[in-house]
Amino acid sequence: MRHLLDPTDFSINETGELIRRAEEIIANPSAVADACRGKILATLFFEPSTRTRLSFESAMISMGGHVIGFAGAELSSAAKGESVADTIRMVSCYADICVMRHPKEGAALVAAKNSSIPVINAGDGGHQHPSQTLTDLMTIHSLKKRLNGLTVGFCGDLKFGRTVHSLFRALTLYPDNRFILVSPRELQMPEYVYRADSRAIACVEFGNLEDVIGKMDILYMTRVQRERFFNEADYVRLKDSYILTKEKLDHAKPDLAVLHPLPRVNEIAVEVDKDDRAKYFEQARNGKFIRMALIEKLLKPETEA
Amino acid sequence: MLSIDSITHGVVLDHIAAGRGMSIFHLLKLDEVDSTVAIIKNVKSGRLGRKDMIKIEDRFDLDLDALGYIDANITVNIIEDGQIKKKHNLSLPSRLTNVIICKNPRCITSAEQGLEHEFVLFDKENKIYRCLYCEQENG
Repeated sequence: MRHLLDPTDFSINETGELIRRAEEIIANPSAVADACRGKILATLFFEPSTRTRLSFESAMISMGGHVIGFAGAELSSAAKGESVADTIRMVSCYADICVMRHPKEGAALVAAKNSSIPVINAGDGGHQHPSQTLTDLMTIHSLKKRLNGLTVGFCGDLKFGRTVHSLFRALTLYPDNRFILVSPRELQMPEYVYRADSRAIACVEFGNLEDVIGKMDILYMTRVQRERFFNEADYVRLKDSYILTKEKLDHAKPDLAVLHPLPRVNEIAVEVDKDDRAKYFEQARNGKFIRMALIEKLLKPETEA
Repeated sequence: MLSIDSITHGVVLDHIAAGRGMSIFHLLKLDEVDSTVAIIKNVKSGRLGRKDMIKIEDRFDLDLDALGYIDANITVNIIEDGQIKKKHNLSLPSRLTNVIICKNPRCITSAEQGLEHEFVLFDKENKIYRCLYCEQENG
């Protein structure tokens, strides 16, 4: 039985297969209309979500499966103090696969250790968000036709941004990628992310957005997340630190792709949406199809998967 | 010179860095055992100049992983019938359970009681371990 807890749980080949499969599904969605008939997906969202939960649910329903679950810890027995381990043991009896988002880092691993069904980590605190990474990789691949030899800028909250941590880690697996990190000092990427692979250290640089945007093939913007701060004053001080405007985009390459895991607050000015380089809504659309491919893969018997 | 009896059956921890004997005594929870235990401080040592030693009678179930993490230079001598039956040279263990406690307040181990604190060796040279759950580094 396989889980998806960390972006490196799948090999480069497996990720490539998933992207190809998602593209096949886009081309011919009726071919998978019954792929999950009789199967149940449990969506356990202890933290709010719009895109991730709805795209997983839509993915499952589009393949003929069913969905059970909850959105908000206050709607589950977690509000009564039930542990992740106990919750997942119970869910394993009711569903064939589950997707979990939880505010604590490592919660998905605890779930996987106690589960008899595949677990997909849909975000564990500020740690990892590997199914978003599959969406990001699929989008980058569709725009650039490759996942190597790219200069990728990450901007905003790189400390608590789990989508950043996962995408960065995934892209270090591909050769010749370079990374440019743009963030206030307080929100710099944790060492454990960029020291995970010695190859990554050599090709990381830091800078101001205006100065470095011209070097980038991909710019991955993120939101400064109020919910990750223990101190409201720190949030207020930092929330407007790095905003992408039309003027800043004037310094960028004509084929730059601006991505954002969404939701956006104000870190990308609305005027940027009209620019051809803004690809974040296309990215959100891909989320459903790559998640269809992911569910299909994890539900396949071990010998086929 | 102070004389301490040899043990005939048990474990002798040798080559403990001088001054670390008491902390190892507590870490191994030797204050909770019924066995006879001797901590010998500042023994003359050819290799270390001064060293500490701990002798534990009638017990063999020590957490060698924890010892290896604290000081991989400690020698563990297993004594049977008054003879050294076996010597363990310690090394940094690849995994530690409930030896390092994760200090990250955002880690699941801080929220759910009963979860073991598991750390995995990440950088042997610099003795860096990472929490299995949140990847926070020790120290």
